[in-house]
Amino acid sequence: MPQLGLLHGRAWAVLFGQLRRPPGAVCIRAVHSHSQVAEAALATQMKPRQEKSNFIIKTPKGTRDLSPQQMVVREKILDMVVSCFKRHGAKGLDTPAFELKEMLTEKYGEDSGLIYDLKDQGGELLSLRYDLTVPFARYLAMNKVKKMKRYHVGKVWRRESPTIVQGRYREFCQCDFDIAGQFDPMIPDAECLKIMCEILSGLQLGDFLIKVNDRRILDGIFAICGVPESKFHAICSSVDKLDKMSWKDVRHEMVAKKGLAAEVADRIGDYVQCHGGVSLVKQMFQDPRLSQNKQALEGLGDLKLLFEYLTLFGIAEKISFDLSLARGLDYYTGVIYEAVLLQTPAHAEEEPLNVGSVAAGGRYDGLVGMFDPKGHKVPCVGLSIGVERIFSIVEQRMKTFGEKIRTTETQVFVATPQNNFLQERLKLIAELWDAGIKAELMYKNNPKLLTQLHYCENMGIPLVVIIGEQELKEGVIKLRSVASREEVAITRENLVAEIQKRLSES
Amino acid sequence: MADRATLEDLVRLQGERVRALKQQKASAEQIEEEVAKLLKLKAQLGPDEGKQKFVLKTPKGTRDYSPRQMAVREKVFDVIISCFKRHGAEVIDTPVFELKETLTGKYGEDSKLIYDLKDQGGELLSLRYDLTVPFARYLAMNKLTNIKRYHIAKVYRRDNPAMTRGRYREFYQCDFDIAGQFDPMIPDAECLKIMCEILSSLQIGDFLVKVNDRRILDGTFAVCGVPDSKFRTICSSVDKLDKVSWEEVKSEMVGEKGLAPEVADRIGDYVQQHGGVSLVEQLLQDPKLSQNKQALEGLGDLKLLFEYLTLFGIADKISFDLSLARGLDYYTGALKEKVRTTETQVLVASAQKKLLEERLKLISELWDAGIKAELLYKKNPKLLNQLQYCEEAGIPLVAIIGEQELKDGVIKLRSVASREEVDVRREDLVEEIKRRTSQPLCIC
Repeated sequence: MPQLGLLHGRAWAVLFGQLRRPPGAVCIRAVHSHSQVAEAALATQMKPRQEKSNFIIKTPKGTRDLSPQQMVVREKILDMVVSCFKRHGAKGLDTPAFELKEMLTEKYGEDSGLIYDLKDQGGELLSLRYDLTVPFARYLAMNKVKKMKRYHVGKVWRRESPTIVQGRYREFCQCDFDIAGQFDPMIPDAECLKIMCEILSGLQLGDFLIKVNDRRILDGIFAICGVPESKFHAICSSVDKLDKMSWKDVRHEMVAKKGLAAEVADRIGDYVQCHGGVSLVKQMFQDPRLSQNKQALEGLGDLKLLFEYLTLFGIAEKISFDLSLARGLDYYTGVIYEAVLLQTPAHAEEEPLNVGSVAAGGRYDGLVGMFDPKGHKVPCVGLSIGVERIFSIVEQRMKTFGEKIRTTETQVFVATPQNNFLQERLKLIAELWDAGIKAELMYKNNPKLLTQLHYCENMGIPLVVIIGEQELKEGVIKLRSVASREEVAITRENLVAEIQKRLSES
Repeated sequence: MADRATLEDLVRLQGERVRALKQQKASAEQIEEEVAKLLKLKAQLGPDEGKQKFVLKTPKGTRDYSPRQMAVREKVFDVIISCFKRHGAEVIDTPVFELKETLTGKYGEDSKLIYDLKDQGGELLSLRYDLTVPFARYLAMNKLTNIKRYHIAKVYRRDNPAMTRGRYREFYQCDFDIAGQFDPMIPDAECLKIMCEILSSLQIGDFLVKVNDRRILDGTFAVCGVPDSKFRTICSSVDKLDKVSWEEVKSEMVGEKGLAPEVADRIGDYVQQHGGVSLVEQLLQDPKLSQNKQALEGLGDLKLLFEYLTLFGIADKISFDLSLARGLDYYTGALKEKVRTTETQVLVASAQKKLLEERLKLISELWDAGIKAELLYKKNPKLLNQLQYCEEAGIPLVAIIGEQELKDGVIKLRSVASREEVDVRREDLVEEIKRRTSQPLCIC
């Protein structure tokens, strides 16, 4: 293989020139032999340009390419997540990368400043989608859909400041599952939690916990503790920090920075530091002050029912009713939940990873109504899997354990020790491809056998078929296991069957 | 009571005030105060406040993919991707936007079709226009010269819909490239093999792959006497031969592009030809073309290519077509078969009231066994509704829980298509469902 070298501006332009295709052609392109582009004319409207030789080639801040190794890991994770969604009867949906700017306005509260806008180029004002939930609500309203169970895997974009939150990307993938529609209470909500458990268990990330709370319970607590309504939002975001800060610090913030009376803060503290199972729900029902609050009672009632269903689903021990769970986005109206990993991967050599929550969601009954011209509501509940965080955990783990990742799925390599055997190789490999076998060969007229075998070892290809003059005369092919180096002669007619047999055994 | 317009103005101003305070990082108390004022004002506007004044739609040139369209898309991508993998390709992904400078100067006149992001104080960005430039950037950044990769992703072009009807501004590209220095025409042949495998697997009917070579085209123009400066524009005329007649093309070349009629005629002798490898051999003997070094190179490569295509068993699908100038048009096929939007195998149903608990327990067992199952989100659904749901969604099996069956320790397993029911012991249910759903033609 030719040596790799540094490509500076001019060389990159040449490389690019060889790759450039005309616009408007949207089909699989054949390309690139040693001498030139093999496709039909590049009706290039491209004029030769001077490349700046000091141009720094990079991806935008907060974004990254995914290498073949990373893609393999990602695909495994996404396959697992999607197959769980499908197992629960969800349909796939996809929406454009950008929406009309007005669709996204006023949906994200304080986070609105993090939205990527497109430049005003004389047409509609557009913004890149910030999540997959608002587009979903727009889809429902647009198509007047009253009931839908859908999943959506796609990228979203947020102009977060990378200095504040380490490792947070500006472009990242979300896996959303949502159930829209009016149904008997808490059954869909329970299914969402069941899905989260299935996925987190299936990904084998270690022990996890799902915290559950309810917007109405929080608001009820604030009300009975004496928080002024105008401060609800601000106090809520302080309470939310209890997973990262101590109660002492949170209390201090509420009193000193947000102007809350100290006694009120203390009362809040009596509640929000509580967490437990369904017994805590029952306890709160009995609480003399909380039980006077209608909102809180509704929330508690729903949680009680939820826990019943979760028990039937066999996952109640993974769920914790946690009164400090507050969650950012404005549009939640009822139950909210968040999954956290209980400990970093339990191996001493690994760096502890602070990755925050790995999945979250809740009920949002008012969002679709914001899009519907008549304000008709469609109640929704859903979840979002933080696949980037899971991705980096898995990547880290693979690095630590030195796991080798194959980036291709090739099963058989077609090789020869002889010169002038290209034709035979081409014929043979076409037979394998036509039989659905994943096969490769070297793009050389006369490759050396050793080079070919080394390639197989590096790429993790399990089998090699070797043809040579001797074998041709005898009507056989040599089938060789790369790992064991054992070779056996197989007749041409039996080759495909033998390969398929071996592949299905391994 | 202030009139509506004034109130709306006040709301807007107050909103701006709040935003300004937040940007200036004013004290939390101050912000709260102003937010409270804003909320009060909005409340005064009343329930109309929720009504939006915009039309509910996706941006021009874009669309949602409904579940049905997703199911079709998934099928098609599965075929394509499994073919790429069969040929040993790796996959990469790149961000949806690039630094504006990365895209500058790469697309010529088409540059005006690029979507830019607003300057929000950071780097200047643009949405990717194709997958080729990002690929070149990826190679350069990672100092790679050899790679066989595919990349399936959406790209963005601000096409003017008045000029190009029905053209999307956001659409998928499915790129496969072999980059690197290799012995001639082997990778090229593999690419054509891949194209044939994919088009065959998609079962969209008979197809043909037209092949030509830039050097042959240029050589043809040269020997016919086309001035260098007119090469490109004559090229784009020739390209139209798949849609319009030679007379029209000739008339465009002579009448609009100022080509001498004899030159046009000479071109016509060549570009109307198409055939197999015999045409290649014929042209290699052509007295004029064989004097042109470029054309000879192109013809030599095509000859070699055809040898390999024959060994790959696809030569009959390939046509050497001298009128091919720009490349392949994109293909749209209509898949008319009925498409299921979910893969659900079993609906867990109840025949009587008050069996929700049983349904929840049973469905949980099925999910835990990896079976794709659904239930209706109703405490007491009617059996008829549940069965109807199955028919509409194409779910093949129903597991029906009934009071009597519960006592007997069985579940009724019903085939939706045949309506045949059989009692299955609770312990055997998972096994039985798996058996039925693994048969190749789900004759459940």
